[in-house]
Amino acid sequence: MAAVQGGLVDAVEKKDIKTEPSEDSGGNNNANDGRLLSPPPGSSASAPGGNKPPAGAPEDQQTLLAVLQFLRKNNLAESVEILRREAGLPEDALDLKAGDSAGAGSGGAGGTVDLEGEDASSLLSRVTVSSSAAAQAPTKVTPSEDQPDVNVVLSAYSQQGDPALYGVYYSGLKRFIESVLDCHRAELSQVFYPLFVHMYLELVYNNHENEAKVFFEKFSGDQECYYEDDLRVLSSLTKKEHMRGNETLLDFRTSKFVLRISRDSYQLLKRHLQERQNNQIWNIIQEHLYIDIFDGMPRSKSQIDAMSGSLAGEAKREANKAKVYYGLLKEPEIELPLDDEDEEAENEEGKPKKKKPKKDSMGSKSKKQDPNAPSQTRIPLPELKDSDKLDKIMYMKEATKRIRLGPDNLPSICFYSFLNAYQGLTAVDFTDDSSLIAGGFADSTVRVWSVTPKKLRKVKSAADLNLIDKESDDVLERIMDEKTASESKILYGHSGPVYGISFSPDRNYLLTCSEDGTIRLWSLQTFTCLVGYKGHNYPVWDTQFSPHGYYFISGGHDRVARLWATDHYQPLRMFSGHLADITSTRFHPNSNYVVTGSSDRTIRLWDVLTGNCVRIFTGHKGPIHALAFSPNGKFLASGATDGRVLLWDIGHGLMIGELKGHTDTIYSLKFSRDGEILASGSMDNTVRLWDATKAFDDLETDDFTAATGHIHLQDNSQELLLGTYMSKSTPVIHLHFTRRNLLLAAGAYNP
Amino acid sequence: VSIMGSEILDCGDPKCHQKIKAAILTDPCILLAMAEERRPKQCTVVLPTESMKAMAESIGVGQLQEESCVALSEEVSYRIKEIAQDALKFMHHGKRRKLTTNDIDNALKLKNVEPLYGFQSQEFIPFRFASGGGRELHFYEEKEVDLSDIINTPLPRVPLDVSLKAHWLSIEGVQPSIPENPPPAPKEQQKVESTEPLKVVKPGQEEDGTVQGKGQGATAADGKGKEKGLIRLKPRSTHELSVEQQLYYKEITEACVGSCEAKRAEALQSIATDPGLYQMLPRFSTFISEGVRVNVVQNNLALLIYLMRMVKALMDNPTLYLEKYLHELIPAVVTCIVSKQLCLRPDVDNHWALRDFAARLMAQSCKTFSTTTNNIQSRITKTFTKSWLDEKTQWTTRYGCIAGLAELGADVIKTLILPRLTVEGARIKAVMEGPVVSNIDKIGADHVQSLLLKHCASVIAKIRPQPDNVEQYRIDYGYLGPMLCSHVMKARTQAALQAQQVNRTTLTITQPRPTLTVSQSGLSGSAGPRTPSIIKVPSSLTLMSPRPGTPSQPSPPATKYIVMATSAGPASTQQVITLSSSQSASPVTSTVPSATSTLQPLVKLESGSGPGLTGSRPMQKYIVVSLPSSASSSLENKSSVLPTSISSTPIEAGMKLDRSESPGASTQSPH
Repeated sequence: MAAVQGGLVDAVEKKDIKTEPSEDSGGNNNANDGRLLSPPPGSSASAPGGNKPPAGAPEDQQTLLAVLQFLRKNNLAESVEILRREAGLPEDALDLKAGDSAGAGSGGAGGTVDLEGEDASSLLSRVTVSSSAAAQAPTKVTPSEDQPDVNVVLSAYSQQGDPALYGVYYSGLKRFIESVLDCHRAELSQVFYPLFVHMYLELVYNNHENEAKVFFEKFSGDQECYYEDDLRVLSSLTKKEHMRGNETLLDFRTSKFVLRISRDSYQLLKRHLQERQNNQIWNIIQEHLYIDIFDGMPRSKSQIDAMSGSLAGEAKREANKAKVYYGLLKEPEIELPLDDEDEEAENEEGKPKKKKPKKDSMGSKSKKQDPNAPSQTRIPLPELKDSDKLDKIMYMKEATKRIRLGPDNLPSICFYSFLNAYQGLTAVDFTDDSSLIAGGFADSTVRVWSVTPKKLRKVKSAADLNLIDKESDDVLERIMDEKTASESKILYGHSGPVYGISFSPDRNYLLTCSEDGTIRLWSLQTFTCLVGYKGHNYPVWDTQFSPHGYYFISGGHDRVARLWATDHYQPLRMFSGHLADITSTRFHPNSNYVVTGSSDRTIRLWDVLTGNCVRIFTGHKGPIHALAFSPNGKFLASGATDGRVLLWDIGHGLMIGELKGHTDTIYSLKFSRDGEILASGSMDNTVRLWDATKAFDDLETDDFTAATGHIHLQDNSQELLLGTYMSKSTPVIHLHFTRRNLLLAAGAYNP
Repeated sequence: VSIMGSEILDCGDPKCHQKIKAAILTDPCILLAMAEERRPKQCTVVLPTESMKAMAESIGVGQLQEESCVALSEEVSYRIKEIAQDALKFMHHGKRRKLTTNDIDNALKLKNVEPLYGFQSQEFIPFRFASGGGRELHFYEEKEVDLSDIINTPLPRVPLDVSLKAHWLSIEGVQPSIPENPPPAPKEQQKVESTEPLKVVKPGQEEDGTVQGKGQGATAADGKGKEKGLIRLKPRSTHELSVEQQLYYKEITEACVGSCEAKRAEALQSIATDPGLYQMLPRFSTFISEGVRVNVVQNNLALLIYLMRMVKALMDNPTLYLEKYLHELIPAVVTCIVSKQLCLRPDVDNHWALRDFAARLMAQSCKTFSTTTNNIQSRITKTFTKSWLDEKTQWTTRYGCIAGLAELGADVIKTLILPRLTVEGARIKAVMEGPVVSNIDKIGADHVQSLLLKHCASVIAKIRPQPDNVEQYRIDYGYLGPMLCSHVMKARTQAALQAQQVNRTTLTITQPRPTLTVSQSGLSGSAGPRTPSIIKVPSSLTLMSPRPGTPSQPSPPATKYIVMATSAGPASTQQVITLSSSQSASPVTSTVPSATSTLQPLVKLESGSGPGLTGSRPMQKYIVVSLPSSASSSLENKSSVLPTSISSTPIEAGMKLDRSESPGASTQSPH
C-alpha cells in the first residue's frame, strides 16, 4: 500500500509542507494565506463529493508545472510521471517549460518564477481590495536570483542599508508613533512587532551579527508580551546560516504579516514615512506587511489586543467573508416506537413529539430545513444502518430524560482517574453513549475500557464462526467469544506516543494517531488494527471522526490537515495554510466543515467540499489545544496554552467572548448537550463550568458591528464562571457530556 | 584535522564538523540544561568554548582553534535550542509539565537525527554534578555492572497496570468532601480564617479565592449575594452544617461511643482521613470536652477511652487545623491523665492504660502544637509537676502526672523525675512495707513503681557509666535503687543483644484471619511504581503488647517491627516500622536492605497462598521482626505515609501497620 501511495503523496507533500521555492518565489503563498491550495487532483478524483478536478484552470496548471519542475529537478522521475499522468498533461508540456527555464537560469526556478509572478499579481488583484496604497503587487523576485531553496525566499532581505541606522530608523518611528494622537497610537503600535522582526532578520541576513544583537536587545523589550515565544526563537537566530531551514523564520518571510489599520491612521503613517524619506521602513512595510485598511473609527488598544497574537498578524477581513452553512443537517426520519412512558414524559414537558430533540434550543422550530444549514447532500454521508437507527432511538429516549442545565442547575461531574499511568496518558475519548473509554499512552499502547457492566468481547475466530447457526435470532450475541470477555483491552500497533484518539459514532471503530506519523483504525469487534493511514510523515497530533462516521480529520506537525474516508488509504482533502503544527482538529456537527487549531495561534475553518479555508480566527496567544463546536453548530470555543477560552461566532466570523480563569493549558472543552454550559478542563487540575447561554445572549443583544468586525469584548469572565472544581493533582485532559447531561472528566493521576 | 576557522562550518572538513556536532548533540545533559533554560534573555546563552575543546579532544580532534570553537559553540547552541523548542511541543502534547528525555528523542527524530539511546529514565536525569577547582562539571555516571549480579537478583515485581477509577468531582455543582477530592479548605485557609476572622472582604476581590478554594458550594446566586455585602465577618459555612454533614456527624459520634468495635474503627478511620471535616471540628471538639466532663463524674472508663481515641484520630487528620480547639481538647486529655478516679472499681479496672494513652496524646500535642506563644509544653509540665509535688495527691493522680511527664521525653525525665526518685521511693516504701492502709493505695504505689522503673531505666542506662553497682544505686536512688539497677542492667543487655540478634518467638497469622485485611489503595505514593498495600490491623488484634488484654494501650517501650515484604519468593527489602514508641506515636518506617540483615523474625504474618497480585490477596509475606527499643529519639512525628526514599526501590513501597490506637492511622489514600 505504501508503495502505491508513495509517489503521489510524496509529490503532494513536498509541495505543501516544505513551502517550496517554486511556489514561494512566485509570491503565491505570500498573498493568499487565506486562500487554499486546491486539493491535489489525484485525491480529489476519489472524493465522494465529486467535485471537479481543478486541473482545467490555467493557474492550477501552472502550479502543477512548477511542481513537476521541482520534482524533476530533484530527480524524482517516477513522481513526475505519475503526477503528469494524473493531471492529464501532455508529456512535452514539461519539457517545453524546462527548456525555457534552462535558458533563464540554472535548474528552472527562474522560469517558474516568471510564470508565477503573473499568477501572483492576478491573484493579488483578486484578494486585495480597499487599500490602494498597500495593494501594490509585491516586488517580484528577480529572475537573476537563482540560488536554490530557501535562499530564494531569503533573498528579499539582501537589500543593503546602513546597519547602524536600523536602530535610528526604528526609534524614529517609535518617537513618531508615541507622539501621534491617542486614538491612532494603539493602531500604529501594531507596526512595531513585524517591523522589528523583519529589521532584525535583515540585519542577520546581511551578516551584521553584532548590530543585530544590539538591535534586538534594545527593542525586544518593547514588544507585546504575547510575542515572547517567537522572540525567543528569534533571539537564538544570530547567523545567516541559521536562517536556512528555520521554520519560524520561513513563516515570517513567506506569509505577510497582516495588520488592520483604519484609513486615517494609515495615512498618518504613510505621510510620516514619505516625509522622512524613510525608505528602509517603507520597503519593509511594502514587502512584508499586508495592511488591511478599513474606514471608520480607529480601534482601541483592547480591541487590538483581543485579536492579535497570532504568528502572522490578524486575519484579513476578506478571509472571513465566505458564507458558512453552520446549521445542522436534518435528522433522518425514524419511526420512533414510543412507548407510553416516553410519551408521557414528552407531554409533561410540553414538547411536541419531535424527531429532532437536539434542535429545540436552536431556533429551528419546525421540521423544515434550517436556512443556514447545508443541503442534505452537500457532501455524501453514509447511509444509516439498522444499528444506527436503533442507536438514534436510544439517543432520543435518553434525550427526553436529559437534565436541563443552567446557572442554577449545574451538572454533576464524574471523574475518571487513570491510576498508575506514570505520566503516560496522552489522549482520552469517550463514546457518545458513554459506554466505553479509550486512552492513548506514551508507551504506544491504546487501551479501551468498558465502563458499563457489559464486558468487552472479541468476535470468535473464523473457524468458530463457521459453527454457529446463522439463522438464529441472537446471532449477534453468538458470534462473540465469551472467553475473551474483560473490562479492558489493549491495542498494540503504534510505535510512538498516541496523541489523538476518537471513537466512531457507531462504536465499531476506534481511531488513533501517533508520533510515528500514522493514523490507525481499530475494530472494536475484533480488537485488531484494520488500517494504518500513512500520509503525515511527521507526528500526528490530533484526529477525530466525523459525527456521521466514515470521514475523519487529522492534523500534525507537517502543518497539513487531512481529511480521510475510512475506506480510502489516501486522504480525500488536504487543508494547508497553517504556518505551524496543527495541534487540534474537530468536525463541525454537520460534517461539512472541519476546524483546526495550530501552534501559529490561529484557528481555521475549512470547507470539506471545496477544501477552502473559510474562516481564520486570531486572538489566541499560544498554541490551541482544545476546540469545541456548540451543539447548534453556530459557535466555536477554543482553548490554548495561554489558559484562555475564546468564543467565536462562525456565521459572522467574529470573536464574541473571552473566558479567563484557567492558569494553565486548556486541553479539553465541551458544550453540554443543549449548549447551555461550556465545560473546560485544564492542566491546572480544574474543571470549570461557564454559562454559555449568557455568553452568547449578551452578544446577541449587542448591536453587531459586523461590518467592521470590531467587537468590544466585555470582561465578564467572572460572571460567566459558574463553578470551579479542583481535582487532586490530576490534569483534566478530556471532558464529555453524557446524553443525559452528566459531565464526565478524565485525566491521569500524577502524584 | 587542520582546517580551522569559521569555514569549518561551510566548507571545512564536513566530517570533523559533523563529528563534533554529533558528539555534542549526543550529550543530553546539555540538551536538558538548555531546555530548562527559561530566562527571557536567551540570546546571550551560548555554550562555553572550553566545552567545545573538551568535546573535540574526547573524539580525538586536538588543537582546535579558538575561532572554530566560537563558531562551533554558536552553531551548536543554536541547534540545541531548536531541538529544545521542538521537545517542548512533545511535552505539551504529552500533557505533561515535565520535559523528559523521550521528548528530546522525538524532537531529534523530527530533525532526522538519530535519537539518543539509553537515556530512557522517566524520573531522573542520570547526570551527576561535580564542582571543584573552579570548574563545574556534569557527567554521566557509568558504573561497571556485573551481569551475573543482574541475572542472579530476583526480578522485581511487575509494576501495577493502568486502571481506571471513578469518583464524583461534583454533585449538582457541589464538590463532595471525599478523600478523592482535594480538601475543601486547606489547612492554611483554616488558619487564616481562625486568625483573621474580621478580614474585610471587598466584592470582586474575594471572588476568586472563595470560588476556587472552598466555596464549590457557592452557586452563582450565592456569589451575587456576597457581592452585595461590603463587609462579611466570617463565612457562613463555618457555622452551618448541611443535612448530610449533620447526618455524618451523628453517625460518627454514635459509632465512636457505641458498642460495636468494628463500626468504631471505621468511624475513627474516617475522622483520621476525611479531608472535609473542618466544618464539623468545633462540634467534635465540644463533643469530646463535654463527654469527658460527664463521664469523669460518672466514672465511665470505656467512654473515656473512646473519646481519647477520637482525639487521637482528629490529631491524625492532616487536613485539620486543630490549634483553634486546643482550649477544649487539652483540658479533656489532661483530665483523663490525672483525674483521681476514672472508673467505678479502681482496684480492678485498668484505668492506668487510659492514663498512659492520654499521656502519649498529650506528649504528641505538645510536640505538634507547642509554640513560643502558647507555651503548651511548659504549662503542661508545670501543671503535672505541681500536683506531683503535692503531698496529698493520690496515687492515681500521681501516676498520671509521672506518666504525663515521662512521655514528654528523656530530657524531662532526666531533669524532673530522676531527682525525685529518692523521695518517691520512700513514699512507695511506706505504702508497700508499712501497715496495710488500703488495697487501692497499694495497687497505686505498685503501678507508680513499675512506671518509674520503666521510664527511668532506659534514661539511666544512657546517662550512667557502665558498672552497675546495686549499692551505688541504693545510695543514689534510695528504695528504688536495687530494682532500678536490675532494670538498667536488663536494658543494657537487651540493647547489646539486639545489636546482633533478636529472640525468636514466632507467631504466624495466616491471611484468611479476618482481623488482618490487606487492601490495595488506589494510587501509589510519590514516585513508586507500585500501589501501596495498607495493612490494617484493627485494634482487636494485639500484635505485640506486653500487657495483653488492653487493646487501647500499646506497650510503651519503642518496639520496632521490621516488615519484610516478600513477594513470591524473593525477599527484597524490609521496612522497619516503629509501632509505639515513647517519643513518638506514629509508625516510622525505614528501609533496610535485606541482604545485610541477619535478623530473625519474631512475628511472622504470612498471607495465604493466592498466586500473583490478583485481587486483594497478594501473595506476600510480611515478616515482622521485633527489635527492642533503640535510642532513636529523632523519630518523626508526621503522618505515617512512607518516606519517598523507599519508593525508589522497586518493591512494595507503602505499607503500614495501623492500629487504631497507634497514632498515624491515616490511610495513604491520595485520591
